[in-house]
Order: sequence, then C-alpha cells, then structure tokens
Amino acid sequence: MTSRILIAGFGGQGILFAGKQLAGCAMHKGRHVSWLPSYGPEMRGGSASCSVIISDKEIGSPIISQPDILIAFNYPSFLRFEPSVSEGGLILANSSLIGSKSERDDISAHYIPATEIATAEGLDGSVNVIMLGYLLYVTRLFDYDEFIGSFLSGIPASKSALIEGNKKALRLGYEYR
Amino acid sequence: MSRKMLMKGNEAIAEAAICCGCLYFFGYPITPQSEISEYMAKRLPQVGGLCLQAESEVAAINMVLGAAASGVRVMTSSSSPGVSLMSEGISYLVGSDLPCLICNIQRGGPGLGGIQPAQQDYLQATKAAGHGDLHLYVVAPASVHEMAGLVCRAFDVADTYRIPALLLADGALGQMMEPVDFDTALSDRRNLPKKDWSASGHGGRRKKNVVNSLYLSPDELERSVLARQERYSIIESSEVLFEEADAGDAEIIIVAYGISARICKSAIEAARAIGIRVGLIRPITLWPYPKAALGRAAEHARHFLVVELNTGQMVDDVKLATGSRRPVSFFGRCGGMLPTPEDVLAEIIKIHDNIRSEGVLA
Repeated sequence: MTSRILIAGFGGQGILFAGKQLAGCAMHKGRHVSWLPSYGPEMRGGSASCSVIISDKEIGSPIISQPDILIAFNYPSFLRFEPSVSEGGLILANSSLIGSKSERDDISAHYIPATEIATAEGLDGSVNVIMLGYLLYVTRLFDYDEFIGSFLSGIPASKSALIEGNKKALRLGYEYR
Repeated sequence: MSRKMLMKGNEAIAEAAICCGCLYFFGYPITPQSEISEYMAKRLPQVGGLCLQAESEVAAINMVLGAAASGVRVMTSSSSPGVSLMSEGISYLVGSDLPCLICNIQRGGPGLGGIQPAQQDYLQATKAAGHGDLHLYVVAPASVHEMAGLVCRAFDVADTYRIPALLLADGALGQMMEPVDFDTALSDRRNLPKKDWSASGHGGRRKKNVVNSLYLSPDELERSVLARQERYSIIESSEVLFEEADAGDAEIIIVAYGISARICKSAIEAARAIGIRVGLIRPITLWPYPKAALGRAAEHARHFLVVELNTGQMVDDVKLATGSRRPVSFFGRCGGMLPTPEDVLAEIIKIHDNIRSEGVLA
C-alpha cells in the first residue's frame, strides 16, 4: 500500500510543516516515507508544495506526478494539480480560498472552509493543522490519537505554548462535517 | 535502540560528519546545500568544533587545506558553481596528499545555471576535479540514510589513502527528508593510520613535517605523482561500491546513480509488472567506477540504458566498462528538470520493442 500525497498552497500557509507531520507520524509507525519540498526563490505569498510518499515498501522516486491525495490550500494550487490526481484519488480543498468545485467524476472531493474556521477561532496560523485534522477524518490515514501523539512530540519545550492551539485546530478539522 | 530521525539529506550529511569526528567546517552558502552550513553553524560550537563562513568558496577550500594539513577531520560543501571555484584548492589538496570531504549538492548548469536538482557535474567530479593527474574518491548516495553512511565511509577512505573525497548528490536529495538511522548508517568504521605527517606542532621533538604541493624538481614530482597512482590502483581494486537490483536475468540494464536511480527503480517495477526483464546497476562510487560489475552484466544483458540528469556524461564510462559489447543508449533531462518514472518506462518499452523486432529479423 502506497499513498502519494501532494500538499500545495501559498508560502506561509504551513504547507511544508503539514507534510512533515504526516511523514513523521508514518515514520513512527515504521512505514517507509519520503518528503520532498518545492524549493526555489520561494517567499510568503508565493507558491509552495511538498510531496509525501508513505509506503509499506522501499520508495523509488520521491517525486509525485499523479497524487492519490491532493490537499489544496488555495485556488492556484487547485487549478494546477486537480487534473493530475490519480483515478480513484481524493482531493481535500480549502473552500475559503477555492471557489469552484472539481468536475471530475472519477475522484472524490471534499471541501472545508479552513481559513474561515481558523479566523473565527482565533487560530489564524493554523489553517494547515485544520486541514490535517480534516484529512484524518476523511481518509483515516492515521488513528487520531496516534497522530496527535506524534505531532506533539515534535513540538519543542520552548514552544509548548503552541500545544493547545494546535490540538484545538486539529480537533476542529477532524470534527468538521 | 535505534536513532531514527526524519531529516533532510543536507542535515544528515552534517550530523553524520560530526558523529564521525569532523569538528571543522568551512564553507560559503549556496542553494541547494545551505542547510549543511546552517546545521554546522548551530551544532559545531556545541561540540567544541568550529564552523566558519568564509568570504568565498576559494577561501573556504584553502581553509580546508590548512585544517587538513594540521591533521584534523575537516569538510566543506557547496553546489555546482561553488565547486568550480574550489577546483584550484582541490588540486592543491591532492598535491599535498591531504584527506578531507567535499560535498557537491548539484544544481543545474553551466554557469550560475539554476537551483533545481541536476547531475551535470559528473565529468568534473570523476575526471577533472582540478588540474594535474588526480582522482577524488567520489560517492553518490541515493537516499538520506545512505548519505549519512557514505559521509563516514568517504572520510575513512580519505584518511586511509590521504586523498580528498567528494560526496556528489543533488538538490532533490539535499532537500528531501527521509528517515535516517545513524546507528546503522555509521556502524561500519575502520582502523585508520596515524596522521604522523601532519603539521600540528611537536615542540621540537622530531624533524619538522612539511605539507606542500610544489616540487620544482621534475623527477621528484613524477615520483610523487606515480606514488599517488599506486594508491589509486589499490582504491580501484578495493573500494568500489555499487548496488545491483533485478539485474541477474535482465535483458535491459539501466545504469543510474543518485536520485536518477530512484526514479529508475520505480520505472523498473512498472516494467517488470508488464513482463519486461529490466534491472539496475547503481554505481555508489563514481570513482572508482564499478567496471567489473558492468562487464559481468554485459555477458547476458542485450542493452544498456544510462539515465542521468545531464546530457549523457556517464555513457562513455559504461561503454568502456562493457567493452562496447552491447548497445548503450541514453535518456535524461537536465537544467533542473526531472524525468518521471513514466518517462523512463516509455524508454524501456521502446528499447524492449527494438530488441523484439531485431529478434524477429534474426
């Protein structure tokens, strides 16, 4: 079983961080994993993406041309990557910034107004964690408690003030219907 | 208890170097390798080492020369244009018989080129890293875990034979994160000779050591070059590393290293699923080159396909190693473009169809 996950959005939305949390949890579970960021003259507000592959066997190419799961944080990423999602694949879209819906009938698409939820809850920087919570709900990629354990273990003591906000954001995404 | 960590290739290089006793780093930042110096700047002062950002790559490699001459483990890292700047110093290091590690996290070239992954420095690394008759011990990892292990190996080989080692990777491997287990990656250590040649100060207790690459007497210079060639011969017979995957029954052998080999492995899996017998020989050391393994494969394979992120720099090495007994073709992208496994698969199918139609004609 191999999951090829492409996460894309604006620089500053925590795209690379979100990917790292998925890769980290998969590693703790003993799965093979690779995380490949887009890099370049990137900046806040520019485009950012990362490719995460989680597999039961050794990973060949870390580059994803046809994702099984696309997590689109903004409209340009949705436009660019929606056509590349593999048949039977899945799209999670941040509907606060993505006005249109996928017209493909060979994939399933799910929408969550993550930016609006984050703003309403005073969690402006946590759109990425809300999206991760929603991913866990939709895909059951990881058990919720298992994921939060791995996620929190990566937060250093110096940033323990961030724990509560992140837990809340993950829960909001997980419980969104 | 293993120490499995999720790390970028660049960070794994730096951590592995520190774990195997490299306490001195001199470098100049350049994408896509800057995490190496960033990591060193943070960690080396914590372990009593020194990380110094030089004013240029030229200065950095000469600082490496000075530190190596004093007998310490030392390294630098850069990316393609920066390594070109270092070539004079690299030649001086070879001429002075000094061990060190140089990392080239390649980007697209020539010139300032781009910042995306490439393998366009293969010929520079393996044939002409500097002027004079010289070789570096060149290792090409294909995963983050292997990067850590090859750092250790490269340092040990450099110390054993008193030559500089070069770790040749690319922007994708440098930037990507994978689990790395330092306990297993760094478990293969060897006993190293004492550096009794170093210019490290001795309080007048022995004749002074001189570290130098200038020989004004031609016969003396020739002797030093030939003595080094003898060490190169030993390295060629005992320090070759390569990986073979699915090669035993293969009609088509792909020869690829580093990130290209990863892409090819995915393509090979897909090709095997449709019944094409294709395998991989992955050189892990680019110098010395795994000539014997390729020569053996030429006994049974019908075709060799070289896949690189350049325009075919390794093709001649494959032709030499196989004695041109089989056709050798090339597929690649360059300038920072990466082929997909599907691109490589299409190339495999094309070759397979050609072999079949030749069979019909014969």
